[in-house]
Amino acid sequence: MGNTITEKILTAHTKLKKISAGQLINARVDIALGNDVTAPIAINEFIKAGGKKVFNKNKIALVLDHFTPNKDINSAQQCKAVREFALKQKIIHFYEGGNVGIEHALLPEQGIVLPGDLVVGADSHTCTYGALGAFATGVGSTDLAAVMLTGELWFKVPESIKFVIYGKLQKWVSGKDLILHIIGRIGVDGALYKAMEFTGETIGKLPMADRLSMANMAIEAGAKNGIFAPDAITREYVKKRAKRDYKFYSSDADAVYSDIIEINAGVIEPQVAFPHLPSNVKPINKAGKIKIDQSLIGSCTNGRIEDLRIAAQILKKRKAAPTVRLIVIPATPAIYKQALKEGLIEVFMNADAIISPPSCGACLGGHMGILAEGERAVATTNRNFVGRMGHTKSEVYLASPAVAAASAVLGRIASPEEL
Amino acid sequence: MIFRGKVWKFGDNVDTDAIIPARYLTTSDPRELALHCMEDADPNFVARMKTGDIILGGENFGCGSSREHAPIAIKAAGVSCVVAKSFARIFYRNSFNMGLPIFESVELVDAIKDGEEITVDSSRGTIAIAGSTKTFTINPIPPFMEKLIADGGLMKHISRK
Repeated sequence: MGNTITEKILTAHTKLKKISAGQLINARVDIALGNDVTAPIAINEFIKAGGKKVFNKNKIALVLDHFTPNKDINSAQQCKAVREFALKQKIIHFYEGGNVGIEHALLPEQGIVLPGDLVVGADSHTCTYGALGAFATGVGSTDLAAVMLTGELWFKVPESIKFVIYGKLQKWVSGKDLILHIIGRIGVDGALYKAMEFTGETIGKLPMADRLSMANMAIEAGAKNGIFAPDAITREYVKKRAKRDYKFYSSDADAVYSDIIEINAGVIEPQVAFPHLPSNVKPINKAGKIKIDQSLIGSCTNGRIEDLRIAAQILKKRKAAPTVRLIVIPATPAIYKQALKEGLIEVFMNADAIISPPSCGACLGGHMGILAEGERAVATTNRNFVGRMGHTKSEVYLASPAVAAASAVLGRIASPEEL
Repeated sequence: MIFRGKVWKFGDNVDTDAIIPARYLTTSDPRELALHCMEDADPNFVARMKTGDIILGGENFGCGSSREHAPIAIKAAGVSCVVAKSFARIFYRNSFNMGLPIFESVELVDAIKDGEEITVDSSRGTIAIAGSTKTFTINPIPPFMEKLIADGGLMKHISRK
């Protein structure tokens, strides 16, 4: 009996020869991530447990991206605590200020996470790195403390669901639409505790930015990780970024899956997840006339240069409706610079967009884009829970950059085809 | 361990944004977080609950963000344990790692009404509703997780090794 890519990566990080789904293991961690919300608790636990020195200063990433630029005194205190720890421990991958980007866009971009790695992060969207063929999963702050101390962590080996995706994507349909469609189909706990393995001819041609969007939202189906077998597209993405060795793994032909789900991507339209669950998905032509107050293009799901290019293509020579606040958030400094170079920022500003520095703030209702009572936003983010972006009586509709851009122009949820 | 208290029943997919909204994550002080426990699911919860009360959830309790502030807020508010049909995985890990007792029982959650009193006996693996003779079984906890609880959470467990 063969193994899945998830099982193989996990096995390679233990002393065991073979592992199987359901087994509890202790595994070595290649990269452990924390941010300004989750790292303070981890640091506190690390110190309380008598920790003096982290297991490896090259294998920890601390990214201050959530309530930054510092929202208030409390958030500044949290950042200060993490900064002092990072400097004392000589953490190599410490990001704050001008070099900070949204963690899950930043780490792949900088080659910090690589194919074959075992990555944990005290942030649920750590599963993003599965796009590179890594095993990556979100954990808590105490988990992060344990890894900082020992370099290891306990895992239950997940069963895998295999998604076989075929068919040619229609115009304006992206990885975001595919993953929203999948979550709509299986539900917010449809992959609870499991690995979501994305395969098939559509995936083979899917650009890395789209794969990152898909893996990013595996958690929204309850999954432990989302994963793509690395291929030529992965190699192209990684070769100019990697500063250390990496390894490509793939599933055996006779690997065991708890379920195999086939999806004809050719018939999927742009998707919109209605409040208040990411699984509450409708195709754009069934969305109806929903007036919006804000459109947000950015986040760890859709703040990459490819996303900004699509948005700019739609917003060029157009303006956001006067009743809509359009917020564009380039996810990292490198993306911001590239967007400037390509003239995208000018397109956005001419469209009356607000350009935000890289930050998670608006997506989680932290700061810089909060919704008032009764307001509605279309957002390229990943969660639309009650109160996610502000008041408990505000609403978030999740969609692709193309739909968010078209919606900003028309002042209601809309397809680019309607322009 | 025995946990006895009034239940506060919530629905399916209670997310960590409802348990502790992100606007309060500029601190990790348990006492501060406790003041806002469950605020976006029931704004009166903290004012009305009593120490020892029990939160009841449906499927996928604690879904969403990895914030350990969620189990910290619940524990610091004085909730003795959480019983749900199922838990989202990061919340599940976090609870065992930091020492919030959580139990799974589909039958109990289906059988009970908001405000009833229950007794959870973790060593016998049973839950009883006050005034009823019927007992419900808790899904067994893996031996490793039992060890985590016995050691007092993950950090104490690894210090012991």
